[in-house]
Amino acid sequence: MATIRDRAPGPAGSGLNDDIGEQKRLALYRSQVRLREAEQRAFDLFLQNLVKGTSHLSLGQEAIAAGFAEAMVKGDLSFCTYRGHAHTLARGVPVEKVLGELMQRDNGLMRGKGGSMHLTSEEHGVMGSYAIIGAHLPIACGAAWRAQYKGDKDVSVCFFGDGTTNIGAFHEALNFAAVWKLPVIFVCENNLYMEYTPIGDVTAVPHPAADRASAYGLERIVIDGNDADECYRTAQKAFAKARAGAGPSLIECMTYRHSGHSRADPAKYRPEGELERWKLRDPIKIYRERLKQFGVSDAAIEAIDASVRKEVDDATEACKAAPPPPLDILTTDVYADGGWAWRN
Amino acid sequence: MPELSYRDAVVRGIAQEMARDPDVVFLGEDVAKAGGVFKATVGLYEQFGPLRVRDTPISEQAILGAAMGAAMTGLKPIAEIMFSDFFAVCFDYIANEFPKSRYMSNGQTKCPLVVRTGNGAGSRFGAQHSQSVENWCMMIPGLKVVAPSTPRDVIGLLAAAVRDPDPVIFLEHKSLYATKGEVPDGEIVDTLGTAKIVRPGKDCTIIALALMVSRALEAAEKLKAEHGIDCEVIDVRSLVPLDTQTILGSVAKTHRLFSVEENPRLCGWGAEIVSIVADEAFYDLDGPPVRITTPHIPLPAADILEDIVLPTPGRIVDTVRRSLGS
Ligand SMILES: Cc1ncc(C[n+]2csc(CCOP(=O)(O)OP(=O)(O)O)c2C)c(N)n1
Ligand SMILES: [Mg+2]
Repeated sequence: MATIRDRAPGPAGSGLNDDIGEQKRLALYRSQVRLREAEQRAFDLFLQNLVKGTSHLSLGQEAIAAGFAEAMVKGDLSFCTYRGHAHTLARGVPVEKVLGELMQRDNGLMRGKGGSMHLTSEEHGVMGSYAIIGAHLPIACGAAWRAQYKGDKDVSVCFFGDGTTNIGAFHEALNFAAVWKLPVIFVCENNLYMEYTPIGDVTAVPHPAADRASAYGLERIVIDGNDADECYRTAQKAFAKARAGAGPSLIECMTYRHSGHSRADPAKYRPEGELERWKLRDPIKIYRERLKQFGVSDAAIEAIDASVRKEVDDATEACKAAPPPPLDILTTDVYADGGWAWRN
Repeated sequence: MPELSYRDAVVRGIAQEMARDPDVVFLGEDVAKAGGVFKATVGLYEQFGPLRVRDTPISEQAILGAAMGAAMTGLKPIAEIMFSDFFAVCFDYIANEFPKSRYMSNGQTKCPLVVRTGNGAGSRFGAQHSQSVENWCMMIPGLKVVAPSTPRDVIGLLAAAVRDPDPVIFLEHKSLYATKGEVPDGEIVDTLGTAKIVRPGKDCTIIALALMVSRALEAAEKLKAEHGIDCEVIDVRSLVPLDTQTILGSVAKTHRLFSVEENPRLCGWGAEIVSIVADEAFYDLDGPPVRITTPHIPLPAADILEDIVLPTPGRIVDTVRRSLGS
């Protein structure tokens, strides 16, 4: 039987279909480069011992975050995992806020109270990053239920990994969303590994998300997660379906992470050559070439790269200069009254 | 005053809040068309319709997760977990998600929801449908934990829980559903974090919760009549927030403390209160605080066995009498 690894998508051959348009295409490119630069910087800062705790990078998986976020409108909600920096940034959260949280500074998104695995920015529609595998799928259902109940038009989008398809909450949420016809989109980023174990070694079907879709009456969807255009187009369709009241979608995006699972992981378990093969299909490389096919000049591409680098450089300097959080926030916001009192 | 059962008080409490606020929605297994396995939600589906009173699949994680997502984004859900023992299959939401999202997000995330559940022993259901899990919840910062003992408190505390901006675990005692009590007409809204002195006395303080309150009261009457011991009985009602002032005030007056707890011995809620009293009122005490609990065993099913493991009025009388040396 073919393993998932054999099924890695082939070279992008999407031709010159200009349904996306130059403005959106440039936004998709810019977003991917921004995620790449910010996370590469996070890794460098970790090597300098300036990023503390753990961190889980999405290097190599940027097309999914960019493609889906560019298809969202204000008010749509993102629910992310601990591997959530890219999804958070893709909704427009400033790089400084994310790096500040990773560096545990007072300028961080949650002033150091949450850390890298829990990035949250409700004003940008980022409704939290969840570190218990599967927990946020039912939560996204609840947000979608509220939209359905109140007649709001927003859609909830829930991102998770291939490993998450084997936990109970995944199956509970899919059935629940399908039965209640909720406006929620489940996006599985299949990067071929759970933590260190290949997903094929522990899953009964080749496509851990898509091959379960039929159990919940949903369409089987597998896409090239390294092609931002394909992610964007698929997202648009799923949003239209959700907004029309036609219920949830489950989308499996094939991709690969360039780094280890977390900062502590050198990823020695990968077979030789696998990373190199996937790097040939680096989403940013693919996209840069596509822009050129569409006639975008080298200078225009370099201008985007330079402006992104400046944002990341400025953010880095701001974070290095920022103080650690003050001790008095230790006991704030345990309860809604702002404090932590549990007795009189 | 008109009488109402504890079971019907649940219906009235939920209905009172749903009628007041269209953002209050209710979900759980068999709660809508069937009216609940304990018949404690009968009529709500008919009164409020299928959009607000919703039957779910047997998916405890989906129930609590959906309640949380709805609460975060503007609704005020009431979720039912049929038996509190089932908290163990959805404990992630109770332990990790509801109570920590506000803190981790530096105050961005809200979670105004209520989880109602059937708690406690006495139905001969055995070890997985009879537990008292209030101590599982009390230990988690960010939650509020309430356990009413009377129909009137069911309505008042449920209303307070629904109106509270924090996640509240609302523990209904299964053995109390059929009991009756006086309930005034009209809206009833109580206050979380308030204990109630249900029998004033001067010789010792007995603190109790839910089903144990009536047993403590029965014991107190016996102690007075047969041994001349005048007990003050406090219905703790709310474990978080905890009304320590009422308890400390009582101990300052009686100088002795007894807890009557249905949860098993280790880390029961009474242990925490005893430790507070030991810290803050040690010199008010004339003797050691005494905990009366179920033994540290799983609950047995047979009536003859279950009846002797739960604290009984007889065991409370004996323990108090021996401790006070009379
Ligand atoms: C309930 C639970 N079990 C285990 C873990 C430990 N853990 C953290 S990430 C991870 C792998 C998840 O794999 P996948 O869903 O494929 O996501 P990826 O990390 O590849 O993005 C595991 C097992 C956890 N956080 N929560
Ligand atoms: Mg994975």
